Amino acid sequence: MSTDTRPPPPQFAAKLRRALGGQAGWRGFALQVLFAAALAWIGYEIVANARANLQSQRIASGFGFLSNTAGFDVSQTLISYSGSDTYTRVFLVGLLNTLLVSLIGIFLATVIGFIVALGRLSPNWLLSRISGAYVELIRNLPVLFQILFWYLAVLSALPNPRQSISLFNGFFLNSRGLFVPKPIASSGLDAFALAVLAAIVSALLLRRYARWRLFNSGKAITIWPYIIGLLVGLPLLTGLVFGKPFTLEFPQLKGFNFAGGASVIPEFVALTVALSLYTAAFIAEIVRAGIQSVHKGQMEAGASLGLSRGSTLRLIVVPQALRVILPPLTSQYLNLTKNSSLAVAIGYPDLVSVFAGTTLSQTGQAVEIIAITMGVYLLLSLVTSAIMNFYGWRISRRMGT
Amino acid sequence: MSNEAAFVRQELVPERAAPIKTTGFVGFLRTRLFNSPTNTVLTVLSALLIWFTVVPTVRFLLIDAVWHGADRNTCLAKNAGHPVGACWPYVSAKFTQFIYGFYPGAERWRVNLTFLLAALLLLPLLIPRLPAKGLNACLFFIAFPVVAFFLLHGGGMIALAVSGAIVSILLFLLGGGTRTGWLALGASLAWFVGIGIVIGSMGDAGRLPIVDTRLWGGLLVTLVVSVTGIVASMPIGIALALGRRSTIPLIRIFSIAFIEFWRGVPLITVLFFATYMLPLFVPANFTIDGLMRALIGIAVFAGAYNAEVIRGGMLAIPRGQSEAASALGLSWWKTTGLIMMPQALRHVIPGLVNSFISLFKDTSLVSIVALFDLLGTVRASFADPAWATPTMLFTGFAFAGIIYFSFCFGMSRYSLFVERRLNAHRRS
Repeated sequence: MSTDTRPPPPQFAAKLRRALGGQAGWRGFALQVLFAAALAWIGYEIVANARANLQSQRIASGFGFLSNTAGFDVSQTLISYSGSDTYTRVFLVGLLNTLLVSLIGIFLATVIGFIVALGRLSPNWLLSRISGAYVELIRNLPVLFQILFWYLAVLSALPNPRQSISLFNGFFLNSRGLFVPKPIASSGLDAFALAVLAAIVSALLLRRYARWRLFNSGKAITIWPYIIGLLVGLPLLTGLVFGKPFTLEFPQLKGFNFAGGASVIPEFVALTVALSLYTAAFIAEIVRAGIQSVHKGQMEAGASLGLSRGSTLRLIVVPQALRVILPPLTSQYLNLTKNSSLAVAIGYPDLVSVFAGTTLSQTGQAVEIIAITMGVYLLLSLVTSAIMNFYGWRISRRMGT
Repeated sequence: MSNEAAFVRQELVPERAAPIKTTGFVGFLRTRLFNSPTNTVLTVLSALLIWFTVVPTVRFLLIDAVWHGADRNTCLAKNAGHPVGACWPYVSAKFTQFIYGFYPGAERWRVNLTFLLAALLLLPLLIPRLPAKGLNACLFFIAFPVVAFFLLHGGGMIALAVSGAIVSILLFLLGGGTRTGWLALGASLAWFVGIGIVIGSMGDAGRLPIVDTRLWGGLLVTLVVSVTGIVASMPIGIALALGRRSTIPLIRIFSIAFIEFWRGVPLITVLFFATYMLPLFVPANFTIDGLMRALIGIAVFAGAYNAEVIRGGMLAIPRGQSEAASALGLSWWKTTGLIMMPQALRHVIPGLVNSFISLFKDTSLVSIVALFDLLGTVRASFADPAWATPTMLFTGFAFAGIIYFSFCFGMSRYSLFVERRLNAHRRS
């Protein structure tokens, strides 16, 4: 005689209770209703007060101001901009400047951070002490202090344009910023670009081939001389055949300032230097902790295989450390991006400075402008952490965990 | 068999050279600095780096510095007779401004008294060996802010008595009510009576004159903002951390969104939000003080960060603890208040100190929204033509830097010390 399993009772009431109130049941449901009511009441009060205040102060509301003419100039623009453009254009200009300083800062901070971390772990006593002192000094000073220090004290101590520090008569550093030669396209540019592209592609192919050969026959080829030859030789050759790819326009001293060439404004220099040095100290600590989290035996195993210290680090230790390093590294990148908003203190035209600063004081529409600005940073944070999560997922998949 | 086949050494073995010394100073140089060509190069480069950074810094701060003088002329190279480093007379002339801002001279004893009280309450809290941590923490986190407000801002005896009574009752309830709360009640009452006596004897007609917050400045504002930030952010952080672990969906979702929102935006936009948007959200006849707005912004911002630190501590507590509490029949509130929180908070002291360090550094941002903290007053003093010398900027930054560095470095060492103490059982 066989017994059929009885179907479980439907338990509609329990399921409903759980869906509405979680584990706390009906009490949780009541709490949620109260909470929602409180939130709604606060929200209503805020909206009503804001409406009344805006009306009494005669401030317009809505996003119509975005198509009005801005009427002020911006000292650094990546896209064409003039005073007669709209506030939307100002927003884009500020956003691009923020992204520019963040990207360059992230790159420099990562490079400096890795170097300092390796210095701190170096068997050389003096070097590790210097790296440690750098980390302690930088981490314990406010980032705004450092930005102001570089901007007010260091950059203003540079000579005026007439006594610029010059390098090869093409690069000039003075209190007005950094002036560099500007490349201007001429006839051979297309061929030159093609040659550079071809060189990069063939270098990558060569590397692949060397790997394939190493894994199949166990024979390693030294490829770096070929790669350098390709990367330098091919463009040089095309330059000789098709003529100069570009001519350089050198900055010239005219009156009190330089004309011609490309210039980097001092605010940008100060902000980039301060942000990358500051974040590098934190990155150095993260990288050091990550490398130390890899078991000592890995380093010793690498050494016993005959790898050099550099190769052991690059091929064995760092790939394993990356898993530990990545999550905090992401939050440092986000911190750098968020700290770039301190540009407003020295007048670098980033998003906060031109949009939440100048535009806000011109239009007075605080609610819309601050909401947009906060939304942009929130979006940047979410996108960055999504990208880094994806990268971390790929690494952990490749490491087979 | 003859003996000739046997090998008998006829002479002494020649002495081998002594092994290379690996101890002592020479050994240290050999093993840690010059053990390979690469390391030798690195050592030489490092020594050059030190030579080009440390030596000029020491020369600037000490050797070439001008120590005494009345005005900018003593800090000019042509009057000093040597290249001039730091111009310390400028710092001593501006010193009161760097510490108190424009706080009226006759009332500065109030600021000093507040600093002293803070130190008296904070030091026993930081030294692990001393007893009565709970009472001490209650006094510092609840009673001290009220007293500090009366001392710094000013006000009458009646308001002090009312708030003193409220705080004392709160401490009595927190201390355990009629069972164990009498000590807390007594301490709190004694504390408020003492301050009342000071105010009664020093103020005129039993009240301290009001000092507007616009006159506050310098290190005072830096400390007020950072201490208020940490005190106010603790309850926010605990509430958000509990909310994020709550099983009630709406509360959990709200907590997650709230935390992630404030953690995702830069502090400067939060300060802009508090300065420009917050006044629009309250009724028009209700104005919020400029310092108060910044404090609200910073408290919410720091609260979101603290919430994550505290949540980390709560995750580290084994499940068995809360299960044991349930088995004993404790309610959710009792489980949280008596079992979870005491353990979690003890775990996260280093993390909280670290978040306090970054809060302390971040207070420098209030200078952007027109408050004069330490960095703001130093920057404002650069505009004074009476002290304008080529080295004024570097001197001002050196002074502010030394203060910021000593506070932050001290706190980070303390956090390391606590961490080592908490992990004492894990060390081999």
